Amino acid sequence: MAVLIDKSTRLLVQGITGREGTFHARQAQAYGTTIVGGVTPGKGGTTHEGWPVFDDVAQAVRDTGANASVIFVPPAGGADAIMEAADADLPLAVCITEGIPTIDMMRALSFLAGRSTRLIGPNCPGLISAGRAKAGIIPGHICSEGRVGIVSKSGTLTYEAIHQLTHLGLGQTTCIGIGGDPLIGTSFIDALTLFANDPETEAVVLIGEIGGSAEEDAAAFIKASFKKPVVGFIAGQTAPAGRRMGHAGAIVAGGKGTAAEKMSALSAAGVDVVKSPAEIGQAVASALQRA
Amino acid sequence: MKIHEFQAKAILSRYGVPVPKGEPVSSGDEAQAVAERLGSGVAVVKAQIHAGGRGKGGGVKVVKSPAEARAVASKMLGMTLVTHQTGPDGRVVKRLLVEEGLDIGRELYLGLVVDRSSKKPVLMASPDGGVEIEKVAEETPDRIFKAFIDPALGLQAFQARRLAFALGLSGDQVGRAVRLMMAVYQAFIGTDASLVEINPLVVTARGDVLALDAKMTFDDNALYRHADLKELRDLSEEDPLEIEASKFSLNYIKLDGTIGCMVNGAGLAMATMDIIKLAGGEPANFLDVGGGANAEQIKNAFRILTSDPNVRAVLINIFGGILRCDVLAQGVIAAVTDLGVRVPIVIRMEGTNVELGKRMLEESGLNFTTADGMGDAATKVVAASRR
Repeated sequence: MAVLIDKSTRLLVQGITGREGTFHARQAQAYGTTIVGGVTPGKGGTTHEGWPVFDDVAQAVRDTGANASVIFVPPAGGADAIMEAADADLPLAVCITEGIPTIDMMRALSFLAGRSTRLIGPNCPGLISAGRAKAGIIPGHICSEGRVGIVSKSGTLTYEAIHQLTHLGLGQTTCIGIGGDPLIGTSFIDALTLFANDPETEAVVLIGEIGGSAEEDAAAFIKASFKKPVVGFIAGQTAPAGRRMGHAGAIVAGGKGTAAEKMSALSAAGVDVVKSPAEIGQAVASALQRA
Repeated sequence: MKIHEFQAKAILSRYGVPVPKGEPVSSGDEAQAVAERLGSGVAVVKAQIHAGGRGKGGGVKVVKSPAEARAVASKMLGMTLVTHQTGPDGRVVKRLLVEEGLDIGRELYLGLVVDRSSKKPVLMASPDGGVEIEKVAEETPDRIFKAFIDPALGLQAFQARRLAFALGLSGDQVGRAVRLMMAVYQAFIGTDASLVEINPLVVTARGDVLALDAKMTFDDNALYRHADLKELRDLSEEDPLEIEASKFSLNYIKLDGTIGCMVNGAGLAMATMDIIKLAGGEPANFLDVGGGANAEQIKNAFRILTSDPNVRAVLINIFGGILRCDVLAQGVIAAVTDLGVRVPIVIRMEGTNVELGKRMLEESGLNFTTADGMGDAATKVVAASRR
């Protein structure tokens, strides 16, 4: 089954005529994703690499029957692109853009409240349902269809986990990069809820990092109601306090948001927390054997 | 981006937040002149560094005359101030703020940040000002009052009033505090701040409400639309290698260990530091070269991380996915040859053409070791750093 995207996904690319948009639209199509067209304001009515281009998301949805969009626009227009996708009632919007100002995201998320659109990201690698479809930049060739769902704040660390699961023959259902910004659309808990209802997903890998309390919230949710095995890793065990570690959200502030706190909360919730990122795959294999 | 107290006060004052009269100075003469102009008799001399806890470290002094302002300022300038936020090396004081002395009645706390869970700005107030708010949050969380602000509507007067009453203010003080909070919110939104902290917010004996101290930090992602704020960056407060790295869009943070790291992606870069530590080593830096990792980026990254004299070995961990490993190998070989890097280098890479890339590295005749997976890479680089 997988979650969020599959063979029925009709994907729109916001910012399709840009370098990143073009490259990743081609990659997604090569992976088997149905790309129905793109949006670049001012270039409506033209075609790009064979795809129709629209000025406006709502118009594109009417003409193409798109049911998801992936956003590759520069940071200054990122929040606007998200709101435009939500205004067009797209069920899913995936924002790859890194560097959207926090105040812009705050307004965009307030706009999304009460609307039907699920936002993934921003500042994320997007998502992939192994062997079915992808929206974003996760390389398809490292994935294999399988039994494990991944939810992660980090891009390349997601690839690392995918790689290990593929090598161990466990494979993946859907891998969701939720992003490393302080304000994001889909949380760990949202993703876990989706995985709970997906019969193909037998175990979940949760990759967090320092900053905020999303991992602690996830731990409370898992303890209360998540039944499948979860393997956790938290990046930033050696990160100095008060420094922003690459991601806008990755900072230990006022002694809060440390890896140690997150690891102990997850362990207490029954999550199999690994200290080494090299042991993620093996821990999933063991957890599945026990299950 | 961080700024100094005097800069934060100038910004807040522009938005209508009352602050004490004062001016920044960088010599004893200037300090005396400012103290004379203030004409308040008692003045306060405050060291301007990007760290809190200045008072305890000797960076805030009350003076009773312009002559004393001169003497204290001359002594404070050039001193190395060590506080709990500066680290053991401390910071050299290059600038001071000289302000009028005030007759302080009460010390309160006011802070504004974006709350990640509710996704809203939260204005926090506490009657326990002048101490670290983290300490209050830890010991007496019921002494912190919060107003969650609808980002579409902004701070409402009733919310500010509620905080003012919770702080125990009365009479004219309430209206003054409400106006101050509204101005703080406008400043926060108007400058794309990530933090405004007024600690202490004081009520004077006369009943005035003003910001005795002020701290502002800005959202780096929004600086593109605030050319004036970018000017406030003080490079002397930053690590020279970090400044150099920022010129090439490299995300570099200097640490104290001996193993240099070059990684693509922030999460993987943190995880690489973690696994080095698990293998018994200490990372010398955090370095995210970004998704592209082209030859020029790699060369600049090498130059920066090997100019740290503590670095005894380097670990390159690139999970390319789409990136071609032969291209990466070529970039690494060129950079190491051009720069004459002498320390051993362990490379772990994944991506297209990984076998070809490894062969190129091994046949280059340079000091490379290739690794399979992160665990292997960490073990090898720690061993190499000890040779």
